[in-house]
Amino acid sequence: MLKDITLGQFFPGDTLVHRLDPRTKLLLVVVYIIALFSAKNYVSYALVLLALISVVAISRISVKVLLKSMKPLLFIIILTGLLNLFYTQGEALVSFWIFTITKQGIKSAAFMVLRITMLICGTFMLTYTTSPIALTDGLEQLLKPLKRIKVPVHELSMMMCIALRFIPTLIEETDKIMSAQKARGADFETGSLLSRAKALIPILVPLFISAFRRADELAVAMECRCYHGGDGRTRMKQLAYAAADVVAMLLGVVLLTAVIVLARFGL
Amino acid sequence: MKPILETKNLTHTYGAGTPFQRDAIQNVDISVFPGEFIGIIGHTGSGKSTLIQHLNGLLKPTSGDILLDGKSIWSSKAFTRQTRFRVGLVFQYPEYQLFEETAYLDIAFGPKNMGLSKDEIDARVRRAAEFVGVPEENLNKSPFELSGGQKRRVAIAGVIAMEPDVLILDEPTAGLDPVGREGILANIREYQKKQNATVIMVSHSMEEIASNVDRLIVMNQGTVAMSGSPREVFARAEELIAMGLDVPQMTHVFLKLREMGLQVDPSVYTVQQAKEALLALKEGR
Ligand SMILES: Nc1ncnc2c1ncn2[C@@H]1O[C@H](COP(=O)(O)OP(=O)(O)O)[C@@H](O)[C@H]1O
Ligand SMILES: [Mg+2]
Repeated sequence: MLKDITLGQFFPGDTLVHRLDPRTKLLLVVVYIIALFSAKNYVSYALVLLALISVVAISRISVKVLLKSMKPLLFIIILTGLLNLFYTQGEALVSFWIFTITKQGIKSAAFMVLRITMLICGTFMLTYTTSPIALTDGLEQLLKPLKRIKVPVHELSMMMCIALRFIPTLIEETDKIMSAQKARGADFETGSLLSRAKALIPILVPLFISAFRRADELAVAMECRCYHGGDGRTRMKQLAYAAADVVAMLLGVVLLTAVIVLARFGL
Repeated sequence: MKPILETKNLTHTYGAGTPFQRDAIQNVDISVFPGEFIGIIGHTGSGKSTLIQHLNGLLKPTSGDILLDGKSIWSSKAFTRQTRFRVGLVFQYPEYQLFEETAYLDIAFGPKNMGLSKDEIDARVRRAAEFVGVPEENLNKSPFELSGGQKRRVAIAGVIAMEPDVLILDEPTAGLDPVGREGILANIREYQKKQNATVIMVSHSMEEIASNVDRLIVMNQGTVAMSGSPREVFARAEELIAMGLDVPQMTHVFLKLREMGLQVDPSVYTVQQAKEALLALKEGR
């Protein structure tokens, strides 16, 4: 059950998308999101969708995996769709009880669902094709200017790196503890909401204890290797832009410009 | 005699349909008879933990079936739940599942889930604590302030208190010192004798398994490689070594003796057997 959560997971590979510099990918995701929110109509949406589909195709991430990872967010997507469907003013098509479906409503619901789905897919593509270490490295480099105004950039990115690193471990651990309590007859699936919430205690207590134990051990291990924050720290893997990064950034800029221009003309 | 627990063509695939798909066990057929003490051995990743988690219905087989008293444990929801209580499973490092305020309450968690009466729960908790050697005064302490060995014992008591027909333990002695190991093994042996229970113990220490079990199942790469009495299995010591498993020290000695040209049986695995074998050899000469 928990294993279905692929949030923040990394699928190793050796495609063009995998090899791009993490900074490029981070910036492109930002560009992609701006483009997605600038898109107004069929043509501009089609353009952004085309960009997404090409990236997915190049990265060889299976569409099945990508769609499966949407499962936990399905509820939000459907809810947004329904709200848009019923609460958009315009030319009424059908109406029953307090609900009215308008032509504009159908269109805006369809666009909204498409937008959220593409938003999620796009950002997932980033974590699917970038290892957590590369991702946090890239983020640290990009945010470096903020150091001037005393933002602890290195510490923040180290924290993020550790958090990402431990998501799978914690999921695995939760699974194990759940199985162990199930073996003692714990029941998480039936009963009232309150009794189900109570049933979580036997999972949460051991999980917290082990998370703290792990954090403690990790801190000691890091100190043993003389970790003392970011000052004067060098890295084994230096990030460097390659030709592919320049091309990718250019394509990103072209996409964004095209979408903005198209949106101007209401396309 | 009819087996109490059986697997039929049991196969389990983790992460089916993802890039991480892998077969953990394939076509496993085992039978467990009432009152038996079975050892499951195999090196890390051979599928031992996956196999035993099927026996009480924690994992659902990808294909194949598990029978308890001849009836599929997945035949109905009620029977699956009943299986959980009749087949007790102690996980590896079970002390990490402790959560209650006191050791007593933690041991009582299983019996409480079974819906037993208060008196019955109390009796079972005390009985289980005694079996595994948790002293009275520790029962009212927080499980987190106990020593490592005591924690482990409390966790094992938590399963024993459900008084399952079949008790399964996944590497119950992993990470303990030699004294702690022998203590827990002795407790398990005693429990099996007194309750006439069926016990399945997973381990990767040959020494430990050899001196305790009636029957040995050797797992290798997700399949059952060998099954039989310890002597039958150790008679194939070379194959075990080829699988990357260790054999008991005495078996090593006898393998060497045979290499040196002595007509001895390499299935010997205890000092007592070694003595008999050597005396027989001497008299035969
Ligand atoms: N929850 C899981 N998800 C994916 N693969 C797993 C999981 N648990 C075990 N495996 C894999 O299944 C195989 C058998 O593992 P396991 O049954 O734990 O072996 P053992 O207990 O003998 O060490 C291993 O290769 C392991 O990596
Ligand atoms: Mg194991």
